[in-house]
Parts: sequence; structure tokens; C-alpha cells
Amino acid sequence: MFGPLIAKPGSSRKNKTGSWRIESRPKFLKKDCIACRMCVVICPEGCISGKEKNTFDCDLAFCKGCGNCAYICPKKDIEMVSEEPEAATKNKKE
Amino acid sequence: MNSEKKPLLAPGHTACAGCGQAIAARLVVDAAGPNTIIANSTGCLEVFTTKYPESAWEIPWIHSLFENSAAVASGIEAALRYLGKKETINVIAQGGDGGSADIGLQAISGMLERGQDILYVCYDNEAYMNTGVQRSGLTPFNSNTSTSPAGSVSYGNIRPKKPMPEIALAHGIPYVATATVAFVPDLQRKVKKALSIRGPKYIQVHVPCPLGWRHGPELTLEIAKAAVETGLYPIIEYENGSLIGVRKITPRPVEDYLKSQGRFRHLFKNPEEIKKIQDIANNNIQKYGLAAANQPSQ
Repeated sequence: MFGPLIAKPGSSRKNKTGSWRIESRPKFLKKDCIACRMCVVICPEGCISGKEKNTFDCDLAFCKGCGNCAYICPKKDIEMVSEEPEAATKNKKE
Repeated sequence: MNSEKKPLLAPGHTACAGCGQAIAARLVVDAAGPNTIIANSTGCLEVFTTKYPESAWEIPWIHSLFENSAAVASGIEAALRYLGKKETINVIAQGGDGGSADIGLQAISGMLERGQDILYVCYDNEAYMNTGVQRSGLTPFNSNTSTSPAGSVSYGNIRPKKPMPEIALAHGIPYVATATVAFVPDLQRKVKKALSIRGPKYIQVHVPCPLGWRHGPELTLEIAKAAVETGLYPIIEYENGSLIGVRKITPRPVEDYLKSQGRFRHLFKNPEEIKKIQDIANNNIQKYGLAAANQPSQ
């Protein structure tokens, strides 16, 4: 039997792509944030969220560490920091 | 923009880190909103968003073949019209540059010619990235790809980029625009505007590919911006056949765009080839009047 393959909407969430990060991850400094939401808008994974100033953060379970949020931030309030070994292992276990 | 709404393209998709197409696809679907049906061509976007048996899409989405997203969308649009539901539901057909400019061109042309109420979005990453960076009709001049390799007898792709926006425009459709991931509000405004117009619409979005263009994943937006500001990717908007808007630039030298990409690295040993690319940019600047008023064009 070959029929159409139907997948549940948004079921890709079970792929924890955060384990792909090899070098660095974004660190949200939460000091100068003006809640412009540019990081939310341009994240290729769509894994950054936040409401008020200085509340934005990314879901490291999905973040692939591309660094575009740090590039786009007009206040330089996001920096890429070296991937800590324990953070990488934690994501893999999830 | 409804900032608190759930994104309609979920995380967990398998795009490469820094994928420009992943950014653009989410921006397009979020601008279109939840009452949207998407027909997708084969390509990176189809593969990375729907790794079997999962889907990253939060809306009805269908993939059939490489060449027929416009035809599938035409059927969806006709069915919605028959059911009297077309007024409330957007239909989008989308694909990459290969699926749009080469393989799917006939189906797109049919869709545009029949006057169907569909938005076609072409995500232009300038080669067949999904299968290993083969040259497409939208690959730019002198780009090094696996089927247009730079070497002793050529500097890469010998042909210029196919003028897809003009080809779409020649069908006499009400709306044609180009956009880029580098200018987010402009891209989302164009999607919303296109969907508010009845009839066939064509939007081409420039999306850097870190893998195929060989640049660092963190440079996606910087490179997309440089493509516009050098004049190599004009951001233009046509309504009912007239050019109603262009993004004005203070032209930068094309080297600013070429230098960070591996696919153009070979050109830096051959300045006369870079000169040819500068000529393409200058032509664009003149043709579309891209230079800001107080800036002399190069």
C-alpha cells in the first residue's frame, strides 16, 4: 500500500538539533536589550523567545550555534561563547 | 507582526546551521499566517522540513514532485474556489531556484498564465544545494559549482543569472517582487501585500547557503546584505507591470560581497573577472535606478 504520507504538524520538535553545536553557543547578556526582536525573527531554528527587555533567550535544545543572532543584535547584547562540554552532553541526553 | 503567535515553522528541522532558506521560509509562512496551504517543490526546503516521519510545518503542506508545486497549488486553489473557501485561505507554492527557474518553470508559467490566485515564492540560493551544489539557471556568473568548476579553462559558471522576475512579469501578472533575508520587514511586507492582491504573484527571495557558497554560518545575513548593497541583487517591486519601488543603495564594490564566499575565491587571482562582475552590478544599478539620490553610481 502506497498512500500519501501524513505527518503530525510540528512533529520535528522531537529532533533535538542542539546536539549539532560543535564550537560555540549564544550567550544572552541581558544588559542592553531593547526588545527589538531581531534575534527572534532571524533565528533559522526559530528557537529564540522572550517578551520584555532583557528576557530573551534561546532554547539550547535546538540551537545549532550559527551565530546570526549575535551578528544582528544592534546592542551587541548577544555574544558567542565557547561550547562548554557539559552543556553539549546535557543536550544529547535530552 | 503578531509577535506572540506560535511560529508556523517549528524548530527541530534539519537545515544546516545558518541556513538562509530556513530563515526566509519561516518569515514567509509567519507573514502569511495560519490560514495558508503550501505546496512545496522538491529541494532543500522540502527535505529539511519534512524528515520522515516528521514535519516542521504547523499548517497544511504538501509535496509531490520537483517540477509541479505550481500545478499542485493550482489544483488546491481550484478546489478551494469550488468550495467557496478561497477568500479566507491563502495558497502558496514554493521551491528553490532549481525547482523554480529550471525544473518547475513550465508549471509556474501555466499557473501565472491561468491567472490563478496563488503566491509563488522562489527561495534563490543560486544552485542545486540539496544534491551537492550543481549549477542552476539562477547561479550567478563566475560562481564555482560542482558542474561549473573553476579551473584552467573556466572561471566557473559562464552564463549570467536567468532574469526570473522579468520572466514572471512578462506573463502580465499583478505583482512581482524580489526580497532578501537581510531585510526582514521588507520581505514580510511584500508577502502580505502579495497575498492581499487577487491573481498570481511571484516573489523571489535571496537566501545565502553557507554550505554551497562556502561561508561561515554566522555570515548569512551579512552576505545577503552585501549582495543588495553592491547592486548584485536588486530589490525591486512591480505592481501591474510598473516598477513601483526599489531599495536604494550607496553602492559598495562587489569585492565586499565576493570576498567572504568560497565559491568566488578563485576570482581574486583574476581581477579582470571581478571587473566583469562589477559591470553586472553597475548594469543593475543603472537599469533599476538603485543609486541613492545623492550618490553617484559607480
